[in-house]
Amino acid sequence: MEQLGDISLLKDKAKEIRKLILLMTFNAKSGHPGGSLSATDIITYLYFRELRIDPKRPDWDDRDRFVLSKGHASPALYAALALRGFFPVEKLFTFRKINSELQGHVVNHIPGVDATGGSLGQGLSNAIGMALSGLIRKKDYRVFAMIGDGESQEGSIWEAAMSAAHYKLSNLIVFLDRNMIQLDGFTENIMSLGDLEMKFSSFGWKTRTINGHDFYEIHDAVEWAKEEIGPKMIIAKTVKGKGVSFMENNPEYHGKPVPNQELLNKAIEEIERE
Amino acid sequence: MTNHELTWLPNLINSVERKSQRESYGKTLVRLGEDQRVVVLDADLSTSTHTSMFGNKFKERFFNMGISENNMIGVAAGLASTGLIPFASSFAVFATGRDYDFVRQSVCYSNQNVKIVATHAGLTVGEDGATHQMIEDLGLMSGLPNMTVISPADAPETEGAVEFLYEFRGPAYMRLSREKVPVVHQDKNFQFKKLEVLKDGDDVTIIATGIMVYAAMVAADYLKHKGLDVAVLNASTIKPIDSETILKYARKTGLIITSEEHNIINGLGSRVSEIVSENYPSVVIRHGVPDVFGESGSAWELMDKYMLNPLGIVRKIEQGLEVRKK
Repeated sequence: MEQLGDISLLKDKAKEIRKLILLMTFNAKSGHPGGSLSATDIITYLYFRELRIDPKRPDWDDRDRFVLSKGHASPALYAALALRGFFPVEKLFTFRKINSELQGHVVNHIPGVDATGGSLGQGLSNAIGMALSGLIRKKDYRVFAMIGDGESQEGSIWEAAMSAAHYKLSNLIVFLDRNMIQLDGFTENIMSLGDLEMKFSSFGWKTRTINGHDFYEIHDAVEWAKEEIGPKMIIAKTVKGKGVSFMENNPEYHGKPVPNQELLNKAIEEIERE
Repeated sequence: MTNHELTWLPNLINSVERKSQRESYGKTLVRLGEDQRVVVLDADLSTSTHTSMFGNKFKERFFNMGISENNMIGVAAGLASTGLIPFASSFAVFATGRDYDFVRQSVCYSNQNVKIVATHAGLTVGEDGATHQMIEDLGLMSGLPNMTVISPADAPETEGAVEFLYEFRGPAYMRLSREKVPVVHQDKNFQFKKLEVLKDGDDVTIIATGIMVYAAMVAADYLKHKGLDVAVLNASTIKPIDSETILKYARKTGLIITSEEHNIINGLGSRVSEIVSENYPSVVIRHGVPDVFGESGSAWELMDKYMLNPLGIVRKIEQGLEVRKK
């Protein structure tokens, strides 16, 4: 297995992305910072370590795919794409504004965005289509995807789960952002999800649970997933609002940006200090 | 001809050549399957939709998704995003109603090259009853930006339409019948967007789609003997609609009857009314399912009960002539 080595670059990039998430949503006066911050470290790892992609050729047929099924975490993906060179960082400040390409939820018209997400429970199916295509066309690209835990209350997630196992999609690696919070509150109070690892495992997936904020654990899981046969589900235990004390584990920040400049400064300070 | 001869049972339906649109679909898919980019998905109805013909020949490019229609559409969109040409099939009620949100986001908004071909549209589903008789699909699909909507009149035209869909790039929906449909066309000629003039006329225009095209021809023939010169137009493309020809005939005849095996709300009749009222206000009478759910029964019994027969069209024309007089 390949060693991860120095993680200072990944840490820096994750910090940058977190700051951009806060700034973008503050600037837009709307958006979903909580679930973006919980997803940040995995997205950072994928875009700055793992994915075979080329910012100059966003439609390159042999590229790895990444499907953000929980499309409301768009700020995290947009920030990663900008820092990776798919479009200028300044563009991030048009997020959610009129006439901007950067829609509130991810859409595949944007360079680097492989699938649309917003209405939950669809991206996983899209990813399965991409993986099936790779299989029958004998392409060696991998398809990565991220679904939310709240999203896993959608029935279609389980339709998709069945089919990925049925078609033995070894080229499919999915992260489940297990931050325990959805719009109305804590997942286990709203509609309990229980043991998601067991559920996916019984659906025929290879599963593993990790700390979704630890680059070493993310790395080990991805290296493991690349070797295993069949679809892989990596349950990533995360913290909603990760990195900002007053946002962490606070359902209020699912779909609300930091409300004022003072708190924004405080939040950015905390991230820089991290 | 008597009124009785204008109903489907038994005189009319037994006297005409009928062919299966879904069989035509299945056979054409097999032919197009020589292109490696063509992939087909179904949701446990492949022997009914006839996608099984493709599945038997091209196993590695046929995906039976089981009874999971939402996932089927989502997967089709993912396949399309890589340059493949997916045809996804199920019954119309599932492919459009149950799948609406997936068609909306994964296919239409994402502008993916997915062809949704649904069979078992309308009342002619028959004995299975209202749960399976989809009469809202044209409305659901036409209301989606980026979507193209096709409704061929018979089996030969279905073949042409499938070939068109294969060449066409972009989201598309096509509705087919479960029943064998009376044959109107000699060959597979399908013209995208263009209203097909099957019979010209000066007094009244019938614009019909699907199985009702044949009924319109019978009605026009009957009215000829009554001294009325009726034009019959086949609307096999519902969206984009051929406004130019609609308006030409609105001007020419001042009375249009639309006829469809679909709810009178949101279907062909609504589309034609919109075009006419915006550009050349004149009388449009809608003939279709009168905003009620169907029920069990044989296909042709149902079509007669709900007056989706030539007699029903004649009655609407009589109504239209009265309205035009005022």
